[in-house]
Amino acid sequence: MTGTITFRRKAVDRAMKWVFYLCAFLVVLPLFLIFFDLVIKGAKELRWSLLIDLPRPVGEPGGGIANGILGTVVITLLTMTWSVPVAIMSGIYLAEYGRGKFASAVRFAVDTLTGVPSIIMGIFAYVLLVVPMKRFSAWAGAAALSMIFIPVVVRTTEDMLRTVPTTVREAALALGITRWKATLRITVRTAWPGILTGILLAMSRIIGETAPLLFTALGNQFWQSHLDQPMAAVPLQVFTYAISPYEDWHDKAWAGALVLITMVLLINIAARVLTREKR
Amino acid sequence: MENVFEIHDLSSWFGENQVLKKIRMDIARYSVTSVMGPSGCGKSTFIRCLNRMHDMTPGFRLSGQILLDGVDIHSEQIDPVYLRRRVGMVFQQPNPFPRMSVFENVAVGLKLNGKAHSRADIAERVERSLVMAALWNEVKDHLDQPGISLSGGQQQRLCIARALAVEPEVLLMDEPCSALDPASTAKIEELIEDLSEKYTIAVVTHNMQQAARISDQVAFFLMGELIEMDKSGKIFTNPSDKRTEQYITGRFG
Ligand SMILES: Nc1ncnc2c1ncn2[C@@H]1O[C@H](COP(=O)(O)OP(=O)(O)O)[C@@H](O)[C@H]1O
Ligand SMILES: [Mg+2]
Repeated sequence: MTGTITFRRKAVDRAMKWVFYLCAFLVVLPLFLIFFDLVIKGAKELRWSLLIDLPRPVGEPGGGIANGILGTVVITLLTMTWSVPVAIMSGIYLAEYGRGKFASAVRFAVDTLTGVPSIIMGIFAYVLLVVPMKRFSAWAGAAALSMIFIPVVVRTTEDMLRTVPTTVREAALALGITRWKATLRITVRTAWPGILTGILLAMSRIIGETAPLLFTALGNQFWQSHLDQPMAAVPLQVFTYAISPYEDWHDKAWAGALVLITMVLLINIAARVLTREKR
Repeated sequence: MENVFEIHDLSSWFGENQVLKKIRMDIARYSVTSVMGPSGCGKSTFIRCLNRMHDMTPGFRLSGQILLDGVDIHSEQIDPVYLRRRVGMVFQQPNPFPRMSVFENVAVGLKLNGKAHSRADIAERVERSLVMAALWNEVKDHLDQPGISLSGGQQQRLCIARALAVEPEVLLMDEPCSALDPASTAKIEELIEDLSEKYTIAVVTHNMQQAARISDQVAFFLMGELIEMDKSGKIFTNPSDKRTEQYITGRFG
């Protein structure tokens, strides 16, 4: 009797182990499938001209997404110039000062914002900036992306600062350093690898966002360096190519997607390397 | 001898919980004062009052007066940041700043305390502090190494050097040896004796032999009260209070 029970228990135990393994495998499977699929389908159009040429009309061979790559870089950097400081400062507020009702409200709002579908950020930026300015622009695109970027970085900054032991803060204050300097120059520095990882992950997230750019940056077939004009971006070009009825544009969509996922992958690898180094 | 600290009827509370009860104590310049007593009797709470480390603790309050060179440390005249430069602190767990080198750990107080120091000046002060903390010879060739890569005893001496670099008058130490091995403990004791020529030192300790060896006066705390304070020779051989005697003898048979 006890023998069978022990046997069954062991069998269940082993079976469950396989269920856990299988689920973990299913989680990573899409990444490999996506990448594999993109490499096969995108390879056809993946050549230098893709990275350095402007788009060409339908039917004309060649052409690339160079303006989109530049646009993505510009819009991403633009977003980050104000989002990084604002997000880090707010994270500092929540971790180091935020105790009362206001802090709880901020925390709740930030968590909610993290869950808001990104298309809503696009619509919001459209109403707030595109309509009054009467034009689509890189500014509006960056504004929409900020609303995705900031909440993520605020929370990672807060979480990473909370991992810094109290003894570090006390040691800093005991040296006669003012609180704001102790926070910025010692506590933040201690948590920096984690904060930086958060920034890079949020960055790779906004690089791939399409919906918030649809009614803000809009996209562009040409080089565009004015921030108050419609600007191209890789995800927008992929979107345009993908929904078109033309076979050669579909190939370009695959190639563009491959470029995009490679950018994201590189940033994620960078995040890994940076955190590992400093420990 | 002139007093650095004069403490009058210091009581303190964490919320409703009274932790210190009417403590009176004088601390003479260039003396070493040991604070002893069972766990939880308020030793840490007491010495942290002396550099206002409780300022940030919600629910903490105190009554009574703490005079530093005759001036109440809670008066308008005294900025807590400036107070902490005069009254440095070494903690129970060695706590060098992670992600800072040995050099940076010692230099950071100088760099961030608002006074302009030249590079050469900082380097010189770092060296002087490490020499005073009896660590220079061990680290002079590894100043770029992370502070946390040193051994526990070295880390604690690094923390002492870090505190000394900003040139305090008083050094508070909260069980500085309790996380260290006997050899490192002996080094730090020796160091405390040397430092007492230039600094006023208050040290919390559980170790009676240590207290007997290093201190000029010993304060015995029990449940938030200062039971007795006297010369170390007297308190360990002939304490005036029964409870002190019980504590001392209870420990060693
Ligand atoms: N930050 C704090 N908040 C609330 N209570 C505290 C705090 N720090 C210490 N206490 C309380 O004060 C009492 C004395 O603690 P402490 O001064 O650390 O004792 P000791 O250092 O003598 O072991 C203890 O009962 C402890 O629970
Ligand atoms: Mg203690």
